[in-house]
Amino acid sequence: MTETPLLNLAVKAIFVENIVLAYFLGMCSFLALSKKVETATGLGLAVVFVLGITAPLNWVIHHFLLRRGALAWTGIDALARLDLSFLNFICFIAVIACMVQLVEMILDRFFPPLYNALGIFLPLITVNCSILGGSLFLVERKYTFAESAVFGLSSGAGFALAIVALAAIRTKLRYSHIPPGLKGLGITFILTGLMAIGFLCFSGISL
Amino acid sequence: MAKVSSIVIDPLSDNNPITIQVLGICSALAVTVQMETAAVMCVALTAVLTGSNTIISLMRNHIPNRIRMIVEMVVISSLVILADQIMKAFLFDISRQLSVFVGLIITNCIVMGRAEAFALQNPPKESFLDGLGNALGYSIVLLLVASAREILGSGTWYGLHVLPSNYMGNGMAALAPGAFIIVGLIIWVQRSITHKYETD
Repeated sequence: MTETPLLNLAVKAIFVENIVLAYFLGMCSFLALSKKVETATGLGLAVVFVLGITAPLNWVIHHFLLRRGALAWTGIDALARLDLSFLNFICFIAVIACMVQLVEMILDRFFPPLYNALGIFLPLITVNCSILGGSLFLVERKYTFAESAVFGLSSGAGFALAIVALAAIRTKLRYSHIPPGLKGLGITFILTGLMAIGFLCFSGISL
Repeated sequence: MAKVSSIVIDPLSDNNPITIQVLGICSALAVTVQMETAAVMCVALTAVLTGSNTIISLMRNHIPNRIRMIVEMVVISSLVILADQIMKAFLFDISRQLSVFVGLIITNCIVMGRAEAFALQNPPKESFLDGLGNALGYSIVLLLVASAREILGSGTWYGLHVLPSNYMGNGMAALAPGAFIIVGLIIWVQRSITHKYETD
């Protein structure tokens, strides 16, 4: 793994390899909650928040508990030879569910305005593919701790950017004549396709 | 018997998980560049969905309502780990290509959605059939999208050349935008045939 500059990684995760438009992650909530700009902003913020926390946390768990030879720090030979990486999925999803719950309680206690703004979107995030996908990507691409933190935050930002933009377009769309079969989901897909073409223009940028 | 057959047949078109229920779209788009990966993904999802529906339905009277989500998550993740390990053992190259998307079956809304909407209220046999029907409905759309993308993108279908060899592959179909637009068009056709329109 060669060291990539963090700024480059961030730009890549937000624009070039946008988690929604290039990897199709988090499509379900992306389509369902993009009818209004306000809800889209709320969900976007919540995703940035949770992805920014869970990505580095899951890196720590993978690095010190689950990967091959990760338990070497215990000094026990039998443990050092274990390869628990098949438990990745179940641990990551548990961490995500717990973190979402924890973040919800902390926000409720200390930042009530933000909690009220995010509302129902926090619990929904547990089953958003982009969160689990982010954690799985950082394992597959062998990121370092700093890289995972940056990757988490900027993937979240990419999601937020895409969903707010789509919501803005859909608000405008309400006044146009669309064939009945295309209404709703169909036209949204084609719009997303056009947005993805737009984002293709960013490819090749590196800082 | 009419009820049993309708459980399997409804999700194929009238209540299709992707085009009508809008569930499980992430993976439908990501794995459809080639027929081969799409077909493997369909098999994996069918196994996980029928398995999870049956198991959750068997346990439905013993799961306390407050923690049902966690129980469902654990059942689904265990099945996905099984599928992933089997694929790594026997189909290593394809599991490389599918990369994180096997793991993402866990958060595939179809699995969770059918467990919540059907398996928690119905006996195991019906739940099994419901899982099968929805998995087949998902597979039909997946294979359609993959056919369109592979033929347009590289002029082949399941690795066989179907278009004249001087056909220049249309790169756009193999990239992300192609997937979105093709799914959009399939939804349009499907909804025009079944007259299931969204009012809004």
